Amino acid sequence: MATTPATAEVQRPPEEDEGGRWWQSPIAQMVWRRALLGILTLVLIAVIVYFATTVLPGDAATAILGQSATPARIAKVEAELGLDEPLLTRFVDWFGNAIHGDFGNSLSAAAPVGSHGGASKEAVTTLVNEKLLNSVVLIGVTAIVSTLLGILAGMYAAFRRDGIFDTGGSVVALVASALPEFVVAIFVVMLFAVNVFDWFPALSLLPPGESILSHLNMLVLPVLALVIVTTPYVFRMTRGAMIEVLDTDYVEFARMKGVSPRKIAFRHALPNALAPVIQVVGLNLLYLAGGIVLVEAIFSYPGVGLALVEAINGRDVPTIQYIVLMLAVFYVILNIVTDVGVLLVTPRRRYPRS
Amino acid sequence: MSADATTPDVVPTKAPRASLGGRAGRLLRGALRTRRGQIGLLLTLIVVGIAFLGPLFAGSPTALHGGPFEAPGGVAGPLGGDSLGRSVLDRVLDGGWRILLISAAATAMAIVLGSIAGVVAAYRGGFADTLIMRTVDVLLGIPSLVFVLMLLSVIGSHAWLVIVGVGLTQAPQVARVLRAAAQDVSERDYVKAVAAWGVPPRTVIRRHVIPSLLTPLMVESALRLSFSIILVASLSFLGLGTQPPTADWGVMINENRVGLAQNVWGVLAPAILLATLAVGTNMFSDAIARANLSAGSAGDPTLQMALTSSNVAEGDEPVGLDAIDEGPG
Repeated sequence: MATTPATAEVQRPPEEDEGGRWWQSPIAQMVWRRALLGILTLVLIAVIVYFATTVLPGDAATAILGQSATPARIAKVEAELGLDEPLLTRFVDWFGNAIHGDFGNSLSAAAPVGSHGGASKEAVTTLVNEKLLNSVVLIGVTAIVSTLLGILAGMYAAFRRDGIFDTGGSVVALVASALPEFVVAIFVVMLFAVNVFDWFPALSLLPPGESILSHLNMLVLPVLALVIVTTPYVFRMTRGAMIEVLDTDYVEFARMKGVSPRKIAFRHALPNALAPVIQVVGLNLLYLAGGIVLVEAIFSYPGVGLALVEAINGRDVPTIQYIVLMLAVFYVILNIVTDVGVLLVTPRRRYPRS
Repeated sequence: MSADATTPDVVPTKAPRASLGGRAGRLLRGALRTRRGQIGLLLTLIVVGIAFLGPLFAGSPTALHGGPFEAPGGVAGPLGGDSLGRSVLDRVLDGGWRILLISAAATAMAIVLGSIAGVVAAYRGGFADTLIMRTVDVLLGIPSLVFVLMLLSVIGSHAWLVIVGVGLTQAPQVARVLRAAAQDVSERDYVKAVAAWGVPPRTVIRRHVIPSLLTPLMVESALRLSFSIILVASLSFLGLGTQPPTADWGVMINENRVGLAQNVWGVLAPAILLATLAVGTNMFSDAIARANLSAGSAGDPTLQMALTSSNVAEGDEPVGLDAIDEGPG
């Protein structure tokens, strides 16, 4: 995002704030432009996803049936997948259906080993959407916890700069942010589920048809693992931005005027430190879109990430396509939302620098 | 750098080449002067040492010694047995070098591919630029891990495919950084002067642009390597990288986590090594990026900011932020 400079978004001088019609406002213009680019990006991603999963050398039918499959069965599965039609036709069909929310039927769900082409098939979207809520809960709770924790810890560290909390926090943040996520998750399991304490279940095995919200103890460890990986970035960013703001004249003046430290922190400093923090929270959410895959796999947490891993192991191509595209849509939308958020809290950035 | 900038150096042979090794050396020395750089390098070297010297001392990583999850110190050796009764110690000693080699190869691919794309985009501009940078956006629109998983799921798990997949996910960031750096360099007066002199574009790129790109390239290499290691280990863990029965730290963590209660070392030993490696490489790349920032303070600070791949242009934490948008996920 740093590489797309704000080129000629508005010609009006900054003094004329929000004068024109709303769709001419800098923010609206940015949203239009980014939305169009985002749609283009998504179409291209759809092309890549489709071709990577259906056209690349790995023969999908053989992959599904195994090397020992008879030619007749391979032909049957190929016809089922539409693999006997020309490439472009296939893509156009697939894309047209995908736009309407039809990603085809899951290859694995209704078909226990070796019984391909069974009658009771289920749509990919139905199967995956059941799990969507669980992943949204996981991402949402993680984002809320890590943002609050990171901002508070970052502010405190900035206020007590070079104190014990600051130096200690920075070291912890450095280590935690560097660790691979599955290693963090496995440490969490050892510590809180198996080897040291026996407080929470090591696996989040949800009874079918139930919501994760009715089994909150299964949510704790996956959230904890993700919080450990994502909080350091919020902490560092808040700390850095706060230190910068605390050094400014107006904060110094507020201090001299006798404003209480708490009021300085939340009323005067935080609003001006928010822009980078919003960016980092947005980046964290983006990261979580991919990050849930490993954590869900480790805890057998019934979400989209686990569904993706299972689909990959089962060569369930339609499910893979749907989930990857869904994650990409999330990515693109979130990128735009983050940039709008940054513009909202920093009015001066709404106008190109001259 | 200052010599190039002040004297209109139109003889395009000597100055940049002399500074080529100097810049890289200065950056490394700068990084190693900081505590962060020293600790980072030390941690990295310890794990790299174990990974590459380990196989010399390891017994057979696939031989069976008793039942599953034998206690430490027993028939299966000081770290006990794994899920199939193989020696955890032997497997740990033999399970690191593949991850390192594959990550290094993926990083090399990302750097080569990314630099070429970035420099061409910056230098050609116009349609080539648009095309390349759109492709970069598209590739960055899919989480790295998901992208590689998608490739592996269809073609099957092969080491070369892991290299290609991880390389492809890391190349876009390199392209972005190098494009910004190359654009800046080609705007400099001394480069324009050389071009105006009539030196062919290819020579200008080779003799003047590329040497100036060396420092951002080093920063990127270190950063990409630390991400690649995490990605490669994660793939092994998910069962799509190195395939059993080959020993691999990621595979071991996955295989042995069912036996955590019986023999914790089957998981703990590879997890500690991977954690140490990740922290070490991350600290070292961080130190290099910081050294680059402070070395650049003599020149144009905003340029130096642009040259690190940080996604956030403000705030005093120049590095590590981009770990978020394409970390292990």
